[in-house]
Amino acid sequence: MPLEAVNDFVVKFANVNGSGSASANGMFAKSILRMGVPVAARNIFPSNIQGLPTWFEVRVTGAGHLGRRGGVDLMVAMNPQTWDRDIAEIEPGGYLFYDSTKPLPREKFRDDINVVGVPLTAICNAAYQLPRERQLFKNIIYVGALAALLGIELEVLETLLSEQFAGKERLIAANVAALKMGRDHVAENLQPLGLKVVRADGVGDRIFVEGNMAAALGAVYGGATVCAWYPITPSTSLAEAFTGFCEDYRTDPDSGKARYAIVQAEDEIASIGVVVGAGWNGARAFTATSGPGVSLMTEFIGLSYFAEIPAVIFDVQRGGPSTGMPTRTQQADLLAGAYAGHGDTKHPMLLPADPGECFEMGALAFDLADRLQTTIFVMLDLDIGMNEWLTKPFEWDPERKLDRGKVMTYEDLEAGKEFGRYLDVDGDGVPYRTYPGVHPTKGGYFTRGTSRNPYARYSEEGAVYVDNMERLLRKFDTAKALVPAPVARPAKRATREGVIYFGSSTPSMHEALETLETQGLHLDALRVRGFPFADEVFDFIAAHDRVFVVEQNRDAQLRTLLVNEGDVAPSKLVPVLNYDGSPITARFIAGAIGDLMTAGRVEAAE
Amino acid sequence: MTYITKPQLHHPKLAANSLGYTRRDYEGSVSTLCAGCGHDSISAAIIQACYELELPPHRIAKLSGIGCSSKTPDYFLGNSHGFNTVHGRMPSVLTGANLANRDLIYLGVSGDGDSASIGLGQFAHSIRRGVNMLYIVENNGVYGLTKGQFSATSDKGSKSKKGVVNHDAGIDLVMLALQMGATFVARSFSGDKAQLVPLIKAALAHKGAAFIDCISPCVQFNNHVGSTKSYDYVREHNEAVNRLDVVVPRDEIQVDYAPGTTVPVTQHDGSILQLHKLAQHYDPSDRVGALAYLQARQALGEIVTGLLFIDPEARDLHENLDTVDVPLNSLNEAELVPSLDVLAKLNASLR
Repeated sequence: MPLEAVNDFVVKFANVNGSGSASANGMFAKSILRMGVPVAARNIFPSNIQGLPTWFEVRVTGAGHLGRRGGVDLMVAMNPQTWDRDIAEIEPGGYLFYDSTKPLPREKFRDDINVVGVPLTAICNAAYQLPRERQLFKNIIYVGALAALLGIELEVLETLLSEQFAGKERLIAANVAALKMGRDHVAENLQPLGLKVVRADGVGDRIFVEGNMAAALGAVYGGATVCAWYPITPSTSLAEAFTGFCEDYRTDPDSGKARYAIVQAEDEIASIGVVVGAGWNGARAFTATSGPGVSLMTEFIGLSYFAEIPAVIFDVQRGGPSTGMPTRTQQADLLAGAYAGHGDTKHPMLLPADPGECFEMGALAFDLADRLQTTIFVMLDLDIGMNEWLTKPFEWDPERKLDRGKVMTYEDLEAGKEFGRYLDVDGDGVPYRTYPGVHPTKGGYFTRGTSRNPYARYSEEGAVYVDNMERLLRKFDTAKALVPAPVARPAKRATREGVIYFGSSTPSMHEALETLETQGLHLDALRVRGFPFADEVFDFIAAHDRVFVVEQNRDAQLRTLLVNEGDVAPSKLVPVLNYDGSPITARFIAGAIGDLMTAGRVEAAE
Repeated sequence: MTYITKPQLHHPKLAANSLGYTRRDYEGSVSTLCAGCGHDSISAAIIQACYELELPPHRIAKLSGIGCSSKTPDYFLGNSHGFNTVHGRMPSVLTGANLANRDLIYLGVSGDGDSASIGLGQFAHSIRRGVNMLYIVENNGVYGLTKGQFSATSDKGSKSKKGVVNHDAGIDLVMLALQMGATFVARSFSGDKAQLVPLIKAALAHKGAAFIDCISPCVQFNNHVGSTKSYDYVREHNEAVNRLDVVVPRDEIQVDYAPGTTVPVTQHDGSILQLHKLAQHYDPSDRVGALAYLQARQALGEIVTGLLFIDPEARDLHENLDTVDVPLNSLNEAELVPSLDVLAKLNASLR
């Protein structure tokens, strides 16, 4: 029985990277969005530039479930290298779309799937002479064919092409012609599939954007002027997006000069060194990196903690340890971020769940770094960072001021205000600082990573050291109220079971909660958005008998942080872990939690 | 160790410069280094140079790494902001500080362990980026704070205090700086204040990456027979190629050398360096020639000192990045935060 579904299915494209498929596939996803139907699109790619397999997965989801679903309803198999594996992945009753130019033996197919062949190579060879044209237009032709098979309006695709190639009429015409070749072949030879895209109103004013780009824009709105970085997947596009935004929005209109400085450093150590130097000197500065970079930066992060220097690190997490799975996603740097440094250190972390929050937290991080005079981590991951997500539009309050924190000015010093660089005058653990060069005779101090008294004078006295370390704890406590508060999602019925989750697991978690609810399994849910944890997080745990902690790493790092920071009984927190490098799915979460909850019920019944 | 403040008492007739500062205003706290340490002479030379250049002390930012040399910024320019960073990483911190505020004068103080061993990479990269700074290495060829291990600038064949012979080739930071594109390169000796003070003045006035390798004997661990960084050895093998007088724009120019032996070099800020030649054919505007000369003399066991290379028309990192003329740390919301209109257009382009 062929699968039938309207606005609820998964299409997976299997391609060879470097073949130009990415823009065609992206256009396919966007055309469905333009028809008002939400999509979740994900790249699955190797650590390679040309010639290896790459996949693009589009979940068409009228219900708006933006997590990865798992399973494939329509496979667009354009890569002979991965053919067998791709065919095996198709759901029973699903569809295989392939290039039927060359006949394939029957055993290369499956009996329980529906095979749709379009002779793409033959069509291309007839229409084009240049090899590169044959390759690129083949992608457009299959998009045209898929549009006809799925009911995507060709006009929508034409509009997208005219936007993409605005001003290049010949290119637009050539691409539209290719689209029509695909469409016409289907119209003349094939029937539409049981999978259909039907115009809807499910997208609203949402935008489709990568988290890295959103975070970079956040850095622009957050007033960052210095960026130092070292290329590393999956964070590179963040620094590159910042560069592009700065060129567009940060060029002095009169002089044409840059209101920013971006340095591609020699390594991650130098990157964070530049950030710390700029932060010390009163500029807002950041670096973008991934796990291996954080490892290298650790000594400087400890210095930033102890010498109290603002810094922002965007950690776009990937699969670790070591080089790990550099092009796959994980949430496995939580502990590395939270406690980076030797000696006793702790660092605030912001945990965005989608690109919209990457923008907000990307900007907020700079206020917090200045306010708390320490390193702030913004923890993205590859799934959010490098995939386009449907997310709420960027918003900014035009009245908002950059919070530069406690900075003593020339006027303050002239007025005779007492300045002690590490003096806790307000009881919140946060001292005042001065910018270098502020005053000829007052406010100068020596910054060091060694112990010192509240007036920044070197001291190895035990009591002086302990006082300072205790003040740093008070400061960390102050951070609790400043980092984004957790978001509660109460169950529809009273329950003694809860679940805690964060970051890119969010859409899958929400979908799983709906699934569990239909099975009569109710959980209160709490999404943590910041570290240190608000009291609310521990109140939530205390209010439940059992709390599942859903995350994408092997060692249950969020759970470890909860146990460690909140003195929570470990037995109360049940880990639900996905760490194979693929984004966590609702099916996985609902399955794992469902099993645990029903198993618990059987025991209770006995 | 505890912090020792220097008494504020000074001679009532101490002369003030045109800004009203006496030499005492350029001093810092009492040095905790060993008596006779070359580093203290360098601190004194820095104080003298800043006083003579009439720099407002608070407009200088002092940065250092870790080690004996890196402790010294506490001992001069007490009203300046200082930053004792991480071992070998001062150059990146200084680079960031410089990007944040181009208006201050940046003085990086480092040692041979800090710059030639753990920090060799950052040293090289800060030089090749042309960060506007004076980067001074107080070079004693030995790890002092950890008691006498060889550093990477120890010459091959030199002997440690315990009698161990160094079998690794020494790194010559001057040659490295030349290769990395430094636009001001000098070598001096902590025991030769007459040579060192003008070099520091010229380097502070230089726009671009200025590097001074200052040999600075360690009286505790590297001042014995068999060392090539001892007071005696350096005095015996010191071959100065030139002597320098620095004339700031406001001074009257006085040439007191015989004609033909003095070359004036005007720097970007208007300061004039009167270069009095000692080695007849040495040309400090020739980078390739300088490298060849240094290698030839090094092979003879000589320590070449003086102003070894200068490009008075140097560009710095800010110029390369084409940053605005005002310090980045002074930009406000209106200059940094794009309008709502920008956001609306971006949103529209992402639908």
